[in-house]
Amino acid sequence: MKRAARQFAFYALLLGAWWLIARLHIWPPYIVPPPVDVYNALKDGFEDHSLLIAIGVSSRHMLLGYGISVILGMFLGISLAASQYLEETVGGLLVSLQSMPSICWLPLAVLWFGLSENAILFVIVMGSTLSVTISMETGRKQMPKIYSMAGRNLGARKWNLFYYVLLPASMPYIITGLKQGWAFAWRSLFAGEMLSLSLGLGQRLNAGRDNNDMPQVIAVMILIVAIGYIVDGWFFRSVERRLHHKWGLLPST
Amino acid sequence: MSATPNLVEEVLKQEQDHASGSPRATLPAPKLCLQDLSLHYRAADRSKLLALDKINLQVSAGEFLCIVGPSGCGKSTLLYLIAGLHEPSSGKVLMDGKVVERTGTDRIMIFQEHGLFPWLTVEENVEFGMKMKGIKKAERREQTHEYLKMVHLQKFQKSYIHQLSGGMRQRVAIARALATEPDVLLMDEPFAALDAQTRDLLHDELERIWAKTGRTIVFVTHNVREAVRLGDRVAVFTFRPGRVKREYKIDLPRPRHLEDAAVAGTAREILNDLREEIDKSLAAEYESGVQR
Repeated sequence: MKRAARQFAFYALLLGAWWLIARLHIWPPYIVPPPVDVYNALKDGFEDHSLLIAIGVSSRHMLLGYGISVILGMFLGISLAASQYLEETVGGLLVSLQSMPSICWLPLAVLWFGLSENAILFVIVMGSTLSVTISMETGRKQMPKIYSMAGRNLGARKWNLFYYVLLPASMPYIITGLKQGWAFAWRSLFAGEMLSLSLGLGQRLNAGRDNNDMPQVIAVMILIVAIGYIVDGWFFRSVERRLHHKWGLLPST
Repeated sequence: MSATPNLVEEVLKQEQDHASGSPRATLPAPKLCLQDLSLHYRAADRSKLLALDKINLQVSAGEFLCIVGPSGCGKSTLLYLIAGLHEPSSGKVLMDGKVVERTGTDRIMIFQEHGLFPWLTVEENVEFGMKMKGIKKAERREQTHEYLKMVHLQKFQKSYIHQLSGGMRQRVAIARALATEPDVLLMDEPFAALDAQTRDLLHDELERIWAKTGRTIVFVTHNVREAVRLGDRVAVFTFRPGRVKREYKIDLPRPRHLEDAAVAGTAREILNDLREEIDKSLAAEYESGVQR
């Protein structure tokens, strides 16, 4: 309760400071708009459905792109785990590709797919697949050997060993990978959407720039942060919390 | 010591006799028979290290054999070989006269770090082996409760592993092992990480369970007194490469206690024998410490 009060006070203070700075007119309103303009931009956007449509379109991109990433990333992760040769060759390549910021895939994506939805999906997939793969790799390497020993000892073989022992044993790493993959996909999404004509949130953001409409730019940015926070903070964290409770990996606080 | 190979030949002969139905077959064949079992492995510097050197040991059905030795004598490795989790470089493990080639639920390990699955409840851990065997759920549950009762943990069936104390975890591990109905329990220093009081209790409990179920137990420890407290027989291993230095038959009456004068006396005798090996192990440790 106290914590919520502190947080509320902090955001109230932040909003007040913003209001004050805008009020002082140090910068013109098209550079620093007052909070109420941003609120109106949000309200208008929801009233004329343009922001709802944008959220819908962006969600669709995320579901498709992230879905492909998860399937591909897990498949790659399992293949790498199964073969030493693949791990030494493909594994090394993936780690080096992971250092590429996803926006750098954009020129290639545009040349391959044009200014289309496929280009956006491609950027998301390239941005987030690898972090899912790499976490699965790490999971396999760091998972205590005793689980697979105990599993084999108790009569689990092949598929049973994988499904009932190795998979649950690496679940903490898989969740971390899915969470990281989500974060990367979310970042890549806007890199992709800002460029193409997609009606997504990224494109709304860009439209704000083109119309010199600062309230809209800030409104969309707030929306992006809020959605990101809800998915990460509510969904992934509650999954993690449940797992940590089961395993006894509770944080010390 | 030199008598050991002859013993093996004799046992083998008995087995042959058993097969041909001769009158000598009335003698029970050993449950477990290790023949010239050796294991090399590659050390970090690529040199070949001999961990176990031609181990010959027999364990009769229902016997409680303890193996003691300094750390690094390969005594744990021996259990992994019996369990089929590792493959020997040469020699073989015979179980009821059949060569062990892979893991099987007739030989179940209990690990020092218990190896329980943190994603499963106590109950689900215990029934894991039965589930792998394809036993139906209702029957699994019934059996599980039986075994949990045996280790006095029926109240904790829905708990997760991290909610239990060290001693309780080992009891779950024992229940999980028993639930697969193994012929042989392979225990790898199961009580080494526990406090003295808990260990005393678990000694009593293990002895009781062993008497009740009649399982064969191979119990590895570096604690000689624990070995004398529990075992029908104690085999002393040498330091690297691991060999059977000597075997002691422990005829003390049961139930025994760790503080019994007779237990302490026998333990001292064995410890004198072991001292030399422990010194070697320590010397090797110091030496490698200097190199580092």
